[in-house]
Order: sequence, then C-alpha cells, then structure tokens
Amino acid sequence: MSGIVVVLEERDGRVGRISWEALAAAQHLGKQTGEPVTAVAIGANTEAQANEAAAKSVAAVIRVEHDLLTRYTPDGFTVALQQLIEKESPSYVVFPHTYQVRDYAPALAARIGQVLVSDVVAIADGPVFTRQLLQGRLTGTYRHSGKGPCFVSVQAGAFRADAVEAGTAQISTFPPAIEPAQIRTKPGEPFRGSAQTVDLGSAPLIVSVGRGIKEADNLPIVQELAAALGAELAASRPICDNGWLPMERQVGSSGQTVSPKLYLAVGISGAIQHLVGMKGSQCIVAINKDAEAPIFEVADYGIVGDLFEVVPALTEAVKSAK
Amino acid sequence: MKIIVAIKQVPERDAQVRIDSAGKWIEESDIQYALNESDAYALEEALQLKEKHGGEVIALSAGPERVGTTIREALAKGADRAIHVDATDLGSRDALGVARLLAEAIKPESPDLVLTGLQSDDLGLGQTGVILAELLELPHASLILHVEKTDAGLTVKRELESGWFQNIELPLPAVLTIQSGGNKLRYATLMGIKRAKTKEMRRLTAAELGAATTPIAVLESVGLPHKQRSTQILPGTPKEAAAALVEKLKFEARVL
Repeated sequence: MSGIVVVLEERDGRVGRISWEALAAAQHLGKQTGEPVTAVAIGANTEAQANEAAAKSVAAVIRVEHDLLTRYTPDGFTVALQQLIEKESPSYVVFPHTYQVRDYAPALAARIGQVLVSDVVAIADGPVFTRQLLQGRLTGTYRHSGKGPCFVSVQAGAFRADAVEAGTAQISTFPPAIEPAQIRTKPGEPFRGSAQTVDLGSAPLIVSVGRGIKEADNLPIVQELAAALGAELAASRPICDNGWLPMERQVGSSGQTVSPKLYLAVGISGAIQHLVGMKGSQCIVAINKDAEAPIFEVADYGIVGDLFEVVPALTEAVKSAK
Repeated sequence: MKIIVAIKQVPERDAQVRIDSAGKWIEESDIQYALNESDAYALEEALQLKEKHGGEVIALSAGPERVGTTIREALAKGADRAIHVDATDLGSRDALGVARLLAEAIKPESPDLVLTGLQSDDLGLGQTGVILAELLELPHASLILHVEKTDAGLTVKRELESGWFQNIELPLPAVLTIQSGGNKLRYATLMGIKRAKTKEMRRLTAAELGAATTPIAVLESVGLPHKQRSTQILPGTPKEAAAALVEKLKFEARVL
C-alpha cells in the first residue's frame, strides 16, 4: 500500500478549480509523506481532463473510463473507484469537497471499511487533518488510524490552485467493470432554478443580510443602508430559505460567489457555506452582536453590537458623508 | 409509506461554547440543545409525505438521555413513534461507527424510506445519510429539496452548486439526505405536545445493537480558529462606531 490518489472533478469538460486545489493538497501531503501522487480523471470521456493533469507535477495520470459514467451517479462512481482503489492500493485518497463528492465518497469509503475525513482545511505533519466544527466557531484535529487507505476531502479555498507545480506524466487507462443494473438511480439533465436577473458577481458594493435580522418586516433597515451606499442587497441562505429575499440574491456555496470592493455583512454569523461565497472580497465589514461569530475571522472591520441600532446609525453616517 | 427520519440533537445555534478542560470537545453542561436544522427539514418532508400518501413516521435519534427532549419535539410535530439509541459514547465513534448503530436500529423496521438532514450543525461531517444507504444496501440521493412519489418510486429534486438543480428518479426503498429550505417548517401545536407524551419511545442500547467498531478517524482535539484577516473592531456607541467605519472605508480601505 503506497501512494496518494487524487480524484479530479470535471467542470464543463475541464478540471475544475477546486480539483486543482485538491491536487495542491495531495502534493503537500506527498511532500510530508514522501509518497507519489497519481491524478485520476473519471467519466465517459476524460481525455481533455487527463491531458490537463498530465501537465502537472504528478507521478501518473489514470483515466477511469466507462460509458456508464457519462452522467454522474453515486453508484457508478462508487463501483468504478472501488475497483481502482483496490488495484492501486493507495495510502491516501484525496477529493475536492464538492456536492458531488459529498454524494458518493462517504459510501465509497464505507464500502472499503473506511471513513472519509471530510471538508479538511489544513494538513499538518502526521498527517493531522484540521476541520471546522460548530459552523466555524471551533476547529478540530483528526488523525487516521488502522490499516487501509485514508480518505480525505478538501474544502474549497483551503489550498491554492496556483500552488500546483507543473510537470509531465504518463497517462494510462483503467476500464472498470460496471453492469447497468448496478446503477440504481436515474439522473436528469441539470437545470437553473430561476432566471437570473441579479448579477451580484459584478456589483462593486454589497450589503448582505443574515439570520440576525430576525424577521422579514425588519428588512427595510438594510435596504435603506444598501440604497444609501448604492450597493446591491444580498443574503445568506436562511433568509432565502424563508422566502424573505429571492434565491438569486443568495451568496454562498449554493448561491453566487462574489468578490466586491466592499462586502458588508449584517447579522451573518459566517458559516463556511457562506464564507466560501464572499471571502475573496477586497474589504469585508461585519456587524454582529456576537463577538465570537466566525464572520469576524474574515472581516477587516467589525462592529460588535445590535444591528437594529448600528445599521440605522451607519445609514445616517453614509448619507452625511456624501 | 413507512418512513424513518434520523435526527440529531446539536448545540443551539447561538450557544456560547467553551472548550472543555481536556481540550477534546465543548463544555456540555452550560449549553442549550436543539434539533439540527436540516434534520428539521427532513422531519417536515416525512410528515408531508405521510399526510399525502398515508403510512407512518418514526423518529430515530442516537445520543445520551438529553436527546429525549428533541425526540419529544419530533413526536409533538407529528411523528408517530420514536426510537432512541441510548449511547453516551458517540464522541468516541466516527461517522461509520454512528451510522452502524443507526443502521442496526433501522434494519428490523424495514422502512420504505429513510430521511435525514444533509449535515449536522456541530460536527458537520455530512456523511451519516450516505453511509446509511451503503450499510442498508439502498439507493440514495443527497441534498434533496423536494420529494415526489411516483408509481416506480420517487422523483427528487437535488441541489447542485451555484444555483443549479437536477431531478433524480430512484426506486424504493431508498435513503435521502434533505437540504434545508425545501419546505416551510411547522411548529408543534399544544395538542401535539400533549399527544407526544402518550406516543411510543423505544429505547435501544448500543450494546443491544451490537455495532461495536474500532474508530478509524476520530476527533483528537478542538481549538479556536486562526484569524484569516486582522479585524479592527470599532468601539463606541452605535453612532460613534458607524462614523468611524465610514471614515475607515473612505480613507483607509478606500472603497467608498
């Protein structure tokens, strides 16, 4: 048993950015453990992905290819990757922590009698894996014990895609044996939820509101602040789940990813699902009553206080500064 | 349809958490607990399916005695009966170990559908439902917002990333992990709370279930997160802090 296998995920026919981050994590782990890294592209037509990966500093690239992998299913991916892992017998299997990986990697690990260490943000010598707990309020360290491969998925943004070193590698193909009857679910064509009329991605200023606003009737106070600043209004998931603002204004892993000049978070605690959507902002301001809220870990400026007092005061201050 | 909903009791969202003296978990004595958010949506989905198609909803939860209050809440909202896997050692089990306990409790019931939340608000591993499907040898789909019963089984709406969705067809029995936001949550009525007291709550112990395992990946220590940026906290009254912030944004950050 040796080596590190990193399973890449395809986005629009290419290797997705978070997969390069997973490869960076695998290379980091490779330096710590002295084990070679093998990149795996999986699907029905993986040539382009494999070629991209072969231009990186990896020991080898394997194409796991089968017609029954044309569209992702948890059964198809689990069956195919189980066979590959049994053949390669790696010490580590690294994934990007995407929605797709969350859908099959825990089952794949369990099928091999293993447990996925999911959503890892750092890997220290040992290796010791760090994950977030309690929605980012605390961190926890995990170590893998026992025999068998260690399964790890890496959080978006935790490793740098541009840290992946270039190189050249040989590509080989692994044809898994899959029977149609093994695939029990039938996936449909992906579709967009609703017509996007708000492009938060290009807004220079964003005021974003979270659970701290308590009820829909209180929204005007943040709307007034957004209007005073000339900013777009956005929200964290619970606000859109409640139907207080349309889904298209949601920032985070299930909504839009934004990086404005100014992101002003009002009453948002800063769960990771939200932070991944906005932490690339140039300047982040947090207004929250809880000084321990994780949003302050990414904020440049913070006001700890009651948003129902702070936000109207800020709206006045913005107006009088104009 | 016989539906089992696996729910978890977690520290309340606004609970002020303190790391325990051993640095292994949090001080449990001084916090309030609540039903995990996405599990509340799983319960809601189960109750709506039962209202439409008939059948039975069984709430299942593992944990120490305090979990009983969360189970009662599920019964008050409309679950027909409950199973409490009485275990004080969940912290020393990994995701596979906990899922094995739940799977052993589920097997004798032979449900048509197993629902659970997408992930817990405390450990956030997001794996229990998917591992349950594997252990029960059932098909699954995760991140589900909507469930429709069909002649052949189910059609479910799965959330993808960045505002995309997908419909998936799957046969029954099956396991689904439910994303929050798909339904409007109900409150327990006074009548519901009253009736919950008379509903069956079966207690099983980990020893009875016989799912002892050696953990492979467990939490070793907890700590405070590293700050990613240095935050200037602006003090004073709301008015003073607001004025100071506008100054900073104009002349220091230069974003206004």
